[in-house]
Amino acid sequence: MATTATAPAYAGAEVHAESGLWSWLTTVDHKRIAALYLGTSLFWFLAGGLEAAIIRLQLALPNGHIVSAEKYNELFTMHGTTMIFLVVMPLSAAFFNLLIPLQIGARDVAFPRLNAFSYWVYLFGSIFMNVSWFVGSAPDGGWFGYTPLTTLAYSKNLNIDFWVLGLQILGVSSLAAGFNFITTIVNMRAPGMYFMRMPIFTWMAFIVQFLIVLAFPVITIALVFLQFDRFFGTTFYEIAQGGDPLLWQHLFWIFGHPEVYILILPAFGLVSEILPTFSRKPLFGYPVMVYSGMLIAFLGFGVWAHHMFAVGMGPIADTVFGVTTMLIAIPTGVKIFNWIFTMWGGVLRFTTAMKFAITLVALFTIGGISGVMHASPPADLQQTDTYFIVAHFHYVLVAGSMMGLFAGVYYYFPKFTGRLLDERLGNWHFWLFFIGVNLTFFPMHFSGLYGMPRRIYRYDAGQGWESFNLMSSIGMAIQIIATLIGFYNFWRSRRNGEIAGNDPWGAPTLEWSIPSPPPDYNFARVPTVTSRYPLWDVKSPALTADIPHSRAGEERVDIDVAGHHAGKVNRAIGNPPGGPVGAGVATFGSPISPVPPRRFPTARELGIPMPNPSIKPLFAALFMTLMLASLIAIHKDKLQLAVVLVVLFAAALTASLYGWLLTPLEDEH
Amino acid sequence: MSTSAVAHAHSHAGHPPTTTGLDHRKIAIWAFIGSECMLFASLISTYLIYKGRSKVGPFPHEYWCQTTNATSLDRIAGCPAGSLFKPILNIPVTSQSTFVLLMSSLAMVLALAAVENKDKPGWAGPGWGGRLLESSKLWLLATAILGAGFLCFQAYEFTSFVHEGLTIKTNLFGSSFFTLTGFHGAHVTVGVLWLLTLLAIDIKRGLGPRDTLLVDISALYWHFVDVVWIAIFTLVYLIR
Repeated sequence: MATTATAPAYAGAEVHAESGLWSWLTTVDHKRIAALYLGTSLFWFLAGGLEAAIIRLQLALPNGHIVSAEKYNELFTMHGTTMIFLVVMPLSAAFFNLLIPLQIGARDVAFPRLNAFSYWVYLFGSIFMNVSWFVGSAPDGGWFGYTPLTTLAYSKNLNIDFWVLGLQILGVSSLAAGFNFITTIVNMRAPGMYFMRMPIFTWMAFIVQFLIVLAFPVITIALVFLQFDRFFGTTFYEIAQGGDPLLWQHLFWIFGHPEVYILILPAFGLVSEILPTFSRKPLFGYPVMVYSGMLIAFLGFGVWAHHMFAVGMGPIADTVFGVTTMLIAIPTGVKIFNWIFTMWGGVLRFTTAMKFAITLVALFTIGGISGVMHASPPADLQQTDTYFIVAHFHYVLVAGSMMGLFAGVYYYFPKFTGRLLDERLGNWHFWLFFIGVNLTFFPMHFSGLYGMPRRIYRYDAGQGWESFNLMSSIGMAIQIIATLIGFYNFWRSRRNGEIAGNDPWGAPTLEWSIPSPPPDYNFARVPTVTSRYPLWDVKSPALTADIPHSRAGEERVDIDVAGHHAGKVNRAIGNPPGGPVGAGVATFGSPISPVPPRRFPTARELGIPMPNPSIKPLFAALFMTLMLASLIAIHKDKLQLAVVLVVLFAAALTASLYGWLLTPLEDEH
Repeated sequence: MSTSAVAHAHSHAGHPPTTTGLDHRKIAIWAFIGSECMLFASLISTYLIYKGRSKVGPFPHEYWCQTTNATSLDRIAGCPAGSLFKPILNIPVTSQSTFVLLMSSLAMVLALAAVENKDKPGWAGPGWGGRLLESSKLWLLATAILGAGFLCFQAYEFTSFVHEGLTIKTNLFGSSFFTLTGFHGAHVTVGVLWLLTLLAIDIKRGLGPRDTLLVDISALYWHFVDVVWIAIFTLVYLIR
């Protein structure tokens, strides 16, 4: 198995035909867009973390006086909004962009320019949302924006307008990406890449896109109503006019609960890639993992009102939503057990990625179990609006999603940069983050059960909350140190890390068959896939002996591994060529042997048509953002100005869309 | 060995065929339509939830007396002049606009057929009737004009409702009605612009069978917007 030993190192400078600012502004390459998503979302992770740090500083001791009540409302609102819409979703999108085409054997996404558009809309939307800090009115209605608190009668300034318009802008980004990825996965799979052979991350990404395209229109409409109420005096959320105070809550949570799975399923997908690699075993129960992902998504649309047990919907509604919520624990539990069985009896390697991944399995379970606790309406009535809930959703989102996404960053960093992250720094990052997260969020279970309400900006001494709050704040300090170490690692290793080679981990899926980072066309030759684990078929056939293959295992692979074409290995199951079982195992972990950078053929030399770079998606995104953003002038009683600006930017948007759509994607060939 | 990738690549130059054999845009438009279903489902649900919950009139199907706040399906006797509001919805006029929009879908079907069969002159039969059916420009224009006609009806409808005392601010009915039908009208407007763009391309260089997909996806969008209107017409106008 000498294939990996000769893995050619890939010089970063030669990856892209050109570099420099202009090439980044005009790029339509899914891998560079992935890198843009990664960098931007990690930046906002720091911003959202800073907001959390101020919150914890305020609450560290009773009667904190760091910030005012108003500022505190802005801080927790922007912390939630930032972490959900500007961090976890786009960080997941970084992996969708990088991995979906690589894992299915495609050369790009279906609509490369639309992909760039999605990113630029996200960037401009996130900037718009945060500009609110500098005009002194950041959103302050919670990430859920309950009416009537967010209607004009109770929130007269621009705070909520920034939130409403910002979310509308960001929604466009997610929806455009959703259509793009669905089309990519349905229509761009390499020959033999049947649905039930797709890598599990791509499966989870596929499911998430359906959640996005079906859930986001609902919040779009809920926000339109709120926007119209605030700008044009409609009566959707006006109680005095007969408006239903629960309409917003229903619409928001019909979006909001699927959103929870939009946030966690990508992390589940990453962990399902990482555990098999570092256990040297195929994923336990692959089909069940796929079906349980679908079931989670399907049931996810039928549980929204468990966020509303306290509003008095009556025993029947409460019971139905309680039961459907508990049902979701079944497919989720199936996943937890399948991950454990994947590791069971495996040859475990505790890399940083693996440690983050195992932590998701362990800690998400804690968050999942507290979730089942408040699926029961009577229990929920005790727990709702207390820190117990805060503990619950931070265990699923930080100890779940973020752990999984950090695992993904450590695992896939070579595919972004060609280099490995430093394992020693990674070890510090992991352990400090692990300790910090648990020290921050575990005591919140107790402060919550002792009755500490959410969203209060200060509390009196003598209620039994002091020690728990102090612990949480110390935990936050440890998380900050961990994050700084981790980010220093990211920053340093992107230039100075060890050269990774094609397949540093001995992984089974297609993305590891090509150089790190991949050339702009990804696959010089589109592979033919004959099983779920094409690389293990080549490198360690014994590992995949029990996996279904084409033609009863006769024809195993037809792919290029590290520049070597491995094709038509004819053999029967259970009779692997190339030595005894485990021959492939001997090479894992040791393929990092940098050889002098070698030049790879360009797309033009190979005759592969590539999309042209284009600035038009950026312009379209800019004008669309400005068009929606200028609606804010209406609130300032400058209706004429708003109309002029909206018409102006709408015209500019239309012009740039026409320019975009009437320009062919590629040169004639 | 390393050159084998290159050697193979030459035989695989160009785009690999799509997995389903369909164009990407066809898949994407279906995903988009699925998403749009949820958009209109949210709007229509809100309209239905708020039906009959407005505190003041005017109402869609009932007379309303402003001074007594009484409602009735029949004309209210004894209500002071100037205080009586008629039922807002004008079903005969909207039936006409619905007919216009449905006919635009027929024209759209004919436009697609004309583009698909451009390379088979005489496919639609002999005589001027056949020649008429073969003109993609005619049917694209007809679809756009019928769509624009629907929008004119809507503009007339909105204006007359405002004159009769119902604005988007008046009550829950006004807010949910204008938002729902306004969103639909915005979709029709985008569709008309799309059709006019296709018409411009047809005039400039001529649309032929290789452009079928361009017309096909616009047709899918157009028919979808039409189907949504059938739902709105039934649920908002016809059912009391």
